[in-house]
Amino acid sequence: MGLGTADDQAAKSDIVLVVRHLCKSFVTKKGAPAQWALDDVSLEAHAGRVTGLVGADGAGKTTLIRTAAGLLLPTSGTVTVLGLDSAKEAIEIQRRVGYMPQKFGLYQDLSVDENMTLYADLQGVPMAERPERFQRLLRMTDLTAFTRRRAGALSGGMKQKLGLACALIKSPRMLLLDEPTVGVDPVSRRELWKIVYALVEKEGIGVLLSTAYLDEAERCQHVVLLHEGRNLDEGAPQKFKDRIRGRVFLITPPADVKPRQIQNHMAGQKGIIDATIRSGRVRVVTEHGWGAQVAETLPAAWRPHIREALPQFEDAFMALIPRRQGHFQIDPHPAVRKGLPQDEVVVQTRGLEKWFGAFEAVKHLSFEVRRGEIFGLLGPNGAGKSTTFRMLCGLLSASGGEIRVAGHDLRRSGAQARAHLGYMAQQFSLYGQLSVAENLTFYGRAYGLGDPKLRERLAWADAEFDLARWRATPAGQLPGGYKQRLAMAAALLHEPDIIFLDEPTSGVDPLARREFWLRINGFAEQGVTVVVTTHFMEESEYCDRMLIMSQGASLAMGTPAEIRKLVRTPDRPDPTIEDAFVALALGEVIPGGHAADNGKGDSP
Amino acid sequence: MLATLRRISALIRKEFASIFKDPRSRMVLIGPPLIQFFIFGYAATFDVKNVRYAVLDEDRSSESRDLLARLHGSENFECVQTLSSDEEIATVIDRQLAKLVVHIGPAFSRDIHIGVPTTVQVILDGRNSNAALIALGYIGTILEQFNRDLAAGGSAGAGGVLLEERAWYNANLQSRWFIVSGLGGVISMVIVMIVTGLSIAREREFGTFDQLLVAPFRPGEILVGKSVPGMLFGFLDALLFSVGAVWWFEVPFRGTITALMLALACFILTIVGVGLLVSSLSMTMQQALLGSFVFMMPAVILSGFTTPIENMPHWLQIGTYLNPVRYIIRALREIFLEGAGVPMIWPQLWPLLLIACVTLPAAAWMFRHRSQ
Repeated sequence: MGLGTADDQAAKSDIVLVVRHLCKSFVTKKGAPAQWALDDVSLEAHAGRVTGLVGADGAGKTTLIRTAAGLLLPTSGTVTVLGLDSAKEAIEIQRRVGYMPQKFGLYQDLSVDENMTLYADLQGVPMAERPERFQRLLRMTDLTAFTRRRAGALSGGMKQKLGLACALIKSPRMLLLDEPTVGVDPVSRRELWKIVYALVEKEGIGVLLSTAYLDEAERCQHVVLLHEGRNLDEGAPQKFKDRIRGRVFLITPPADVKPRQIQNHMAGQKGIIDATIRSGRVRVVTEHGWGAQVAETLPAAWRPHIREALPQFEDAFMALIPRRQGHFQIDPHPAVRKGLPQDEVVVQTRGLEKWFGAFEAVKHLSFEVRRGEIFGLLGPNGAGKSTTFRMLCGLLSASGGEIRVAGHDLRRSGAQARAHLGYMAQQFSLYGQLSVAENLTFYGRAYGLGDPKLRERLAWADAEFDLARWRATPAGQLPGGYKQRLAMAAALLHEPDIIFLDEPTSGVDPLARREFWLRINGFAEQGVTVVVTTHFMEESEYCDRMLIMSQGASLAMGTPAEIRKLVRTPDRPDPTIEDAFVALALGEVIPGGHAADNGKGDSP
Repeated sequence: MLATLRRISALIRKEFASIFKDPRSRMVLIGPPLIQFFIFGYAATFDVKNVRYAVLDEDRSSESRDLLARLHGSENFECVQTLSSDEEIATVIDRQLAKLVVHIGPAFSRDIHIGVPTTVQVILDGRNSNAALIALGYIGTILEQFNRDLAAGGSAGAGGVLLEERAWYNANLQSRWFIVSGLGGVISMVIVMIVTGLSIAREREFGTFDQLLVAPFRPGEILVGKSVPGMLFGFLDALLFSVGAVWWFEVPFRGTITALMLALACFILTIVGVGLLVSSLSMTMQQALLGSFVFMMPAVILSGFTTPIENMPHWLQIGTYLNPVRYIIRALREIFLEGAGVPMIWPQLWPLLLIACVTLPAAAWMFRHRSQ
C-alpha cells in the first residue's frame, strides 16, 4: 500500500523487463492439440516498483516467470530482461536476476547458514563480501537466530524467507518471485511483503511477482491480470477498483438469518456476478447496469440491510474474468435428511496430543463439533491442522487424549464406523489411470452400495458435479477443478453423516473455490456435518465455528463473529479473520473468557 | 459376509484395471520374465565348452602327438597357440590368450617306453576357479583314456579298475536342466515381488491409500484384495515358463501336474506375504523396489538355484531354512527331474506355508500402523 505515487515515479525510472507478444505452447502427448499457456502477452516491469501477475491457476503466471528467467524458450515473441534477450542470453540473465520459484530448492538437510553459503558459492559471491551481505539478509529476514537450524526444520514462512534471502544473495537488479506467499501464514506473509517493499524502496530493485491471493494484488503498484494465457487488463489496482464503483454491495444479515442463507439466495441470481461472505456480511458484485436494481432481488425483509460498499480488487477481478459456464445454482430448498437428531455432538476431542519423536505437533487440543455444523480448522501450513485431521479420521494414532467421532474412536473401532464418514484428502487421491466412472464405481462398491443404489448415486454425481461428459476420461487427466469435484463426489457417494475435507481449496482457483463453498453450504443445510481445514483465512467466513491453530496449539475458537470481536479495537473497527489471526499469533490479544466462550465448546 | 465379498471384489477389480490400464505395468508382467527365461536358459550354464588352450610340446614324439590329437578332437577344447619355450607360458595365461597350457616334457615318450611313470603338466588360469576345475576334469578323463589305450596296446596285465559313470535324473549332466527346472520359481518370485511390492507403496505415494483406509475395509480384506492379482500373475507366469522349459529347452517333466501347481501356489502365497510386507513398510515406490531387491538377491543366491547349499558354511546353511526360495527350487527339481508327486514334495511345502503364516498377518498389521 504506502506507495501511492508509484505511477509517476515509474514513468521516469528505467524498464527492467519487456515482454512483447509472448506465446508459449506446450505439446501434449499423442498428437493432442497444443496447450497455449501464454497467448500474445505483452507487458513491462519497471525498476523501483512491484509488478504483480495476478490470475487463477492455469492463467500462465508461472510460465511467464520461468520464461523471463530464461528457463523456457518462447514459442514466439520476445522477453527482454535488463536489456538481454531471454532466449539467447539466458545465462547472463540468470547471473543478474534473482529468481525464486514456487518451491525454492533449499537443501533440507543443510542449515540456514550452509544453504546461504551454497548459493553464494553457486553465484560466485566473493568471500570478502559474504559476512556483511549474509548479516544484512539474515537481519532483513529475521533469521539471525536460526542460522544453525536445518532448513527442513524451519516453518513454512521461514523457509520462504530463507528462499528469498538465497535469491537475493548477490544483489540482483531484478527479482522474479513465483507465488512467494502460497501456504505461508498471514504473519509471515506480511513480513515477506515488508521485505519486498524495502528492496524496492531502498535498493530500487524491479520486482515481478505472481500471486493467486487477490488481496495481495492491492499491494502491487502495477497489476497485470492474466486469464487463460491472455493479458486481460493491466494498471494500478485503483484503476481496476474505480471501474466497478457502484456495483458492489454489502448485506448485513438480519438477526435471525445466517449470512450463508443470504449468500445461497444471491448466488446465481440474474445480474449477480459474485456473492461471498466477508466479516459476517454478504458481499455482492453485480453486472454492469444492475447496481440500481440489486435490492429488488432480495426478499422485502432483507432490503433495508443492503448498502453500497467500496470496491476491492477481488470484486474487480470477479467482474473481469469471463464466466466459463452457466451460473452455479444450488438447490434453494434442500431436502433435510430425516432421522438425524440435531445439536448432537458428533466429533469430540479432549486433550488431544501428538508427538513425532521429540516434536509436539499437536498440543492438548479440545473441541466439539455438532451435527450439521461446518467446523473449520484454520491455520498456516505446519500448524498441526492436517495432523489433527488425520487423527480424527483414524489415519494416525493419538499420543494422548481422547477422540470420539460419531461415538467411536476410529483408530480402534471397526469398519462399520468408517462407513458413515466421507474423506477428501489434501492432494488428489483417486486413481489417476482409472476413468471417472471406474473411480466412482470402486468407491461406491467399497462402501457397500448395491448395484441399483450405485446406479442411482452415479447419476446423482453426474448431475450434481457435472461429471457426465468426463465419465470415460482417466481421472488423472481431468482439469484441476474437475479433479476436485470428482474427489468430492467420491467422498459423498455413500451419503456420509460426517465429511472430512482436508485443504479442499488449496491449488483451486478463486472461481472454483466459490463454487465449492456453495456446495458445502448446501450439504450442511441438509444436515451433514462438515469438518474442513484451510489455510485461506477468508474461507473461515463460511464456517459456523472454527478453531484457529498455530504451531500445534489452539489460538482461539468460536464463530467468525466471535473471533473478529476478539480483536476489535477503536482504530480497527471492522477486523478480518486474518487480522484476528495476526493479532492472536503475535500475542497482541490474549483470548480470555470474554468473547470466545459462549456455551459452545471450551476455549483453551 | 456378503458386504465383505463385495468390497474384496471391488478392490480386486480395481487392482486389475489399474494394472491393465498402465502400459508400463503390462510390460512388467511379461517383458522381464521373458528376458530372464532366455538369459537363464542360454547363458547360465556350467558346461565348459571351447576352452582355449596352448601347447608346449618339448618331446615331439608320436606319443605326445597322439595325446594332443585327443585334446584337439574334443569339442570342449580349442587349441589357440603352439608354444616353443617355457617363458611363453606366463604371457599366454596372463593375457588370457588361453585358459590352460598343456606342457609335455622332453622325457615323455622315453619314460613311456622304458615303463616308468611320467607326467604331463597342465597350467591353469585359476582366476575363474570353477571353469578351471571343470576343464581339468575333462583333461583328466582324456588322460585316463590315453593310459587305458596305452595299456591295451602295449604291455599286458594292466587290467586295472575301470570307472563306469551313470548320472541319474540328468544322464548327460546338462547344467541347463539343473537351472531351467528351478526357473519357474525364480521368475514367479520376481513378478510377485514387483506386482505386490509396488501395490501398496504406489497407493501410499499417490495418497490413495488413505482413502482406502478411511473406507470400511478391514485389513484382511485389503490383504486379500491386494494379494489376488499378484498371485494370479505370478502363477500364470510360472506355469507359462514351466511349459516353456519343457517345450523350448527340452527339460524333462517327470512329476505330476498337481504337485507342480500345489508347489507353485504355496510358494507364491509366501512371496505375496513378503512382497506385501515390504510394500507396507515402504512409503514410496522407490523404497519398495529397493526393498524387493534387497530381499531377492540373497534369496536367490541362498536358494541352491545356482550353487549348492551344501557348499555353504554350516551357519549359512541353517540360515537358508528361512528362505522360501530354497524350498521351491528343491521342490521343482524333484518334480521335473525326479518325477515327484505331492507326498514327496510335502516336506518342502509346509515350511512355505509356515512362512506365509508370519508374513501375511504382519503385512496386514502394517497397513494401518505404518501410516503417518
